[in-house]
Amino acid sequence: MGLLDSSGDLSAEMEVDAFRRLFPLRYYERHLAESIRPDGRPLGRARDTTVALGAVSSADGSALAKIGSTTMLAAIKMEVMTPSAESPDEGCIAIEFHMPPICSPIVRPGRPAEAAVVVSKQLSDTILSSGMIDLKELALVSGKAAWMAYLDIYCLDADGALFDAALLSAVAAFSHLQIPVVSVNDKGKIVAFTEEGDGRKLEKEAVNKEKIKLTLGSIPFSLTCALHKKYILADPTSEEESIMETLVTVVMDSSDRLVSFYKPGGPALAYTSLVTDCVALTRHRMKELEKILDEAFSGMEVD
Amino acid sequence: METDRKDGRTPNQLRPLKCSRNILHRAHGSASWSQGETKVLAAVYGPKAGTKKNEDPEKACIEVIWKPKTGQIGKAEKECEMIMKKTIQSICLLTINPNTTTSVIVQVVNDDGALLPCAINAACAALVDAGIPLKHLAVAICCCVAEEGSVVLDPTNVIEFVFGQQMRGFAYLVFPNSALSALPEGSYLVNGEPLEHGIITSVTHGVMSVDEYLKCVDRGRAACAKLSGFLRNSLQKSQFPSDTSSKAA
Repeated sequence: MGLLDSSGDLSAEMEVDAFRRLFPLRYYERHLAESIRPDGRPLGRARDTTVALGAVSSADGSALAKIGSTTMLAAIKMEVMTPSAESPDEGCIAIEFHMPPICSPIVRPGRPAEAAVVVSKQLSDTILSSGMIDLKELALVSGKAAWMAYLDIYCLDADGALFDAALLSAVAAFSHLQIPVVSVNDKGKIVAFTEEGDGRKLEKEAVNKEKIKLTLGSIPFSLTCALHKKYILADPTSEEESIMETLVTVVMDSSDRLVSFYKPGGPALAYTSLVTDCVALTRHRMKELEKILDEAFSGMEVD
Repeated sequence: METDRKDGRTPNQLRPLKCSRNILHRAHGSASWSQGETKVLAAVYGPKAGTKKNEDPEKACIEVIWKPKTGQIGKAEKECEMIMKKTIQSICLLTINPNTTTSVIVQVVNDDGALLPCAINAACAALVDAGIPLKHLAVAICCCVAEEGSVVLDPTNVIEFVFGQQMRGFAYLVFPNSALSALPEGSYLVNGEPLEHGIITSVTHGVMSVDEYLKCVDRGRAACAKLSGFLRNSLQKSQFPSDTSSKAA
């Protein structure tokens, strides 16, 4: 501890960059005491967020989301499958989160990163339990055919708040999703609907003509906060995440329900006041994200 | 008023707890923990020399290995491993044995609901048995929110039907154990709340309102006070009375 105290004196003589590397916690605490973060944000503010729809032309739905420099590319591919016997009228969603070595120095090629598996599990839990997507809408022919939506999210740049960016890109990709039109052929198989022959193909009508877009229920939005002593830092960068160690991810949906309150350990403990503070920050962030998503859609319609 | 559950418990009633320590010969510390039909075996090996790749060598490294009852380890188990690792890291004094690795192996014996809390409780007892330096103990509980908003503790299975309705959501909560301290009461309050009210770990599934979550936290705290009393009692009943004080500190 003597080391930390002596650093207070050193800060006057040392270059800022050296001080930041040698005493990262002290460096942050001096900023936090002034209610500001090294990147110039107040504690409760998230980084600039952008959403671009339709980034992958070969996918049925795709989106690129950026929160600060954290970048996520989400793409959905639809395939026809036979539904399981228990739920003949429901489709299925398979969510996979990838962290290629390009995204961060800690990821090495070969074995998938530990964080990737956990984020992918969290994402599927969140998306399925929020009820954003009615799986019945993915049905085609009861008991015979239904849609399987493969959602793949690639992390291109991992700079903190991975789950938030991944969830945002997933939501945007689902809202951009256009389900391909299909029809049943003579052999009873589902094939892509083509409008080539006028008279010849008439009897093979499209099965899902009016179900091109999914109706999204209450949309989940998330905010990750880093906790340190009495401070709550919204939307931490990877540097902040590694220094603060305690992270809380709150997911709320647009009808103001709590979808997830996720805090995996960490030295700081969450007391009731902190829980309500994090929820309040998430509600605020939800409004921002709703606006950003709306803007992304209206931009699409103009094009 | 409140209807009993299928197994005759009241909503706030836990299943019978059982904890035994020092059951494995080769492990440095071991414990089994059961809540009703759910049973988990935990073994601790360590501290062993050296840390794993990408870990801070200035601190002790914790490794959790989750063994399911049958089959291969999947995504859900990986997540449990990660949650347990972070939880254990936050209760261990990592700076005492820098550049070492402590392995916690969790073997599921039977799963009848509330598996992760059961595993955390087992791991905690095993860590004490191995004499790993801890800040405090952790006690874990599973709370369920029923369809009409009432909270049910320690469900036998996540799809347990209570009052004929399915559960809407559930939360795994981990709290510090209540401390026995010579200090005057209130001297170690954090923001006006005692230490054991702070959530170490919280994992929720399903949808609930914020108020329901806070209700879960409240009920969870009350139940954890009982749990930590049980844990303390069973840790003090050691086979080697001479070293109880150092182990159960």
